[in-house]
Amino acid sequence: MKINIKQTFKMAMSSIFSNKTRSFLTMLGVIIGVSAVIILVSIGQGTTKSVTDSIEGMGSNLLTVNIKGRGADTSLDIEDVASFEEFIGVGKVSGSSSLNGDIKSGNSTLEGISVTGASEDYLSILNYEMTEGRFVSDTDVDGRQKVAVIGSEIRSELFGSASAVGQTIKINGQTFTIIGSLVEKGSSMMGSSDEIVIIPLTSAQRLSGDTSIKTIYVQAESKDTVDVAKAYMENYLLREFKDEDAYSVFDQSEVLDTVGDVTGMLTAMLGGIAGISLLVGGIGIMNIMLVSVTERTREIGIRKAIGAKYTDILIQFIIESIVLSGMGGIIGVALGIGGSFAIGKLAGIETVVSSGIVILSTMFALAVGVIFGIYPANKAAKLNTIDALRYE
Amino acid sequence: MTMIKTENICKNYFMGNNELKVLKNVSFEIKQKEFVSIVGPSGSGKSTLMNIIGCLDIPSSGKYYLDGIDVSQMGASEQADIRNKKIGFVFQSFNLLPKLTALENVMLPLIYRRVSEKEQIERARMALERVGLDDRRLHRPNELSGGQQQRVAIARAIAGNPPIILADEPTGNLDSKSGIEIMEILNELNSKGTTLIMITHDDKIAHESNRMVTIKDGIIGEGASA
Repeated sequence: MKINIKQTFKMAMSSIFSNKTRSFLTMLGVIIGVSAVIILVSIGQGTTKSVTDSIEGMGSNLLTVNIKGRGADTSLDIEDVASFEEFIGVGKVSGSSSLNGDIKSGNSTLEGISVTGASEDYLSILNYEMTEGRFVSDTDVDGRQKVAVIGSEIRSELFGSASAVGQTIKINGQTFTIIGSLVEKGSSMMGSSDEIVIIPLTSAQRLSGDTSIKTIYVQAESKDTVDVAKAYMENYLLREFKDEDAYSVFDQSEVLDTVGDVTGMLTAMLGGIAGISLLVGGIGIMNIMLVSVTERTREIGIRKAIGAKYTDILIQFIIESIVLSGMGGIIGVALGIGGSFAIGKLAGIETVVSSGIVILSTMFALAVGVIFGIYPANKAAKLNTIDALRYE
Repeated sequence: MTMIKTENICKNYFMGNNELKVLKNVSFEIKQKEFVSIVGPSGSGKSTLMNIIGCLDIPSSGKYYLDGIDVSQMGASEQADIRNKKIGFVFQSFNLLPKLTALENVMLPLIYRRVSEKEQIERARMALERVGLDDRRLHRPNELSGGQQQRVAIARAIAGNPPIILADEPTGNLDSKSGIEIMEILNELNSKGTTLIMITHDDKIAHESNRMVTIKDGIIGEGASA
């Protein structure tokens, strides 16, 4: 016949509630352990997510070519860049050159703003969107038009909420007409993407007096062609420069993988450290259960005398320790979830509470209750009935 | 009909290299419905004998039949079953669980017999009624007098309807008035068919029994019957 688990459970509850302070202090170890696991893993996962998001925000399937060398032998011009489009796997290409410029509009001046020369595909390669107006077109590039597209931050600093299209700004003394402005993108790993002015590539080259293109943004046709496109480009660049150190091709998925590995390891480490505190909590439970077994020796003797078997006593004590760790686990989960949100709000970092870690840490807490409950419970159940009855 | 039968029971303990013979060839019988008292000075082997009769311990050699079952070499789990079904214990110091109510204390043997909770409560209340304490069922032991506590203990002993009650100095911790009450209850249970075995050194109480078994230095001798 089966042991009445419901009654055993009730028995455990009344024994736990008969010593509230002690039970709470015992649970505290598990509470802290579980909530620490949840909070730290949530912070880790939040960090992973925000880093991943910001990398992906730079454009999907993005390959970046950087030319490191100097002089005519180690640089590419607009025609070279255009030939990239012929490579298998390559979708869109935009050469880019950047310079720092002072932007003037009416009475306000913004100093040291990053001015980027770009072509039409730059917009979609780097995942920008227009708030108003249009982006730089290939015709603008061909005609070296003095037009500019401004980032959301520049726009709000110079024009507030008013429309910027049709206004003029001076970049290093030259007048440009604004043809559009970009939707806010937030800051990426490369700094603010919104404090930016984009002009036709040719206009930028004229402005800086440098016709070499140092950076090329390439969008592969799909995730699967990234590797092919990269191989073709590397092949071309090696033929062109005959020096592997003169250039680098930067594959975004590699970065994503690396970042994913690093943050994943960080999360696991944080979770592991918190897990140790959960383990310590388990030792606390075992300690108190051992004290409790000694204190209740006589009770155990009486129960055994009137017919409790080894398993009856064993299960009674294991359930008690599971209830302790389980209650600690539930309180810990509540504190952990609440704490994650609070920390996310207060510290302004992203936290992601996944159901996986909540379930995992609860299961771990219960497992701790079982594992650390077995030894004391076995000790209780094995007590000699006669000696236990006589125990004072 | 024989309820308890022992054949040449010996119990030896080892203290270092010395073998201590606590019980020496103890043989006796107790019939159903009998009221037998076991008397003897301390150190006589009385407690050891009681532990063996109560299935809390097993003899080193010899046979012990309880209600026709050979229990002399039973394992702990089977012994627990026998204790639960055949024997109701009444202890000198009551041995109630202080954190449980009277009712919960009386329910204990039924919990370990795995009957439903509803039946546990029913039978426990019936037992409490028989000792006149159903109205105190929600009181904890420390809210009851010594005599009442021992009555709760008797209720616990009879809740599972065992054929035998084994009482170890049941009046030892009580004033004489409560002691008389307890003896009345035990006598009444015995008159209704329960075999009653009582360990005592109170001659007056021992004389209420049908038969007295004396034990001295581990050897049994029949005393005068009352």
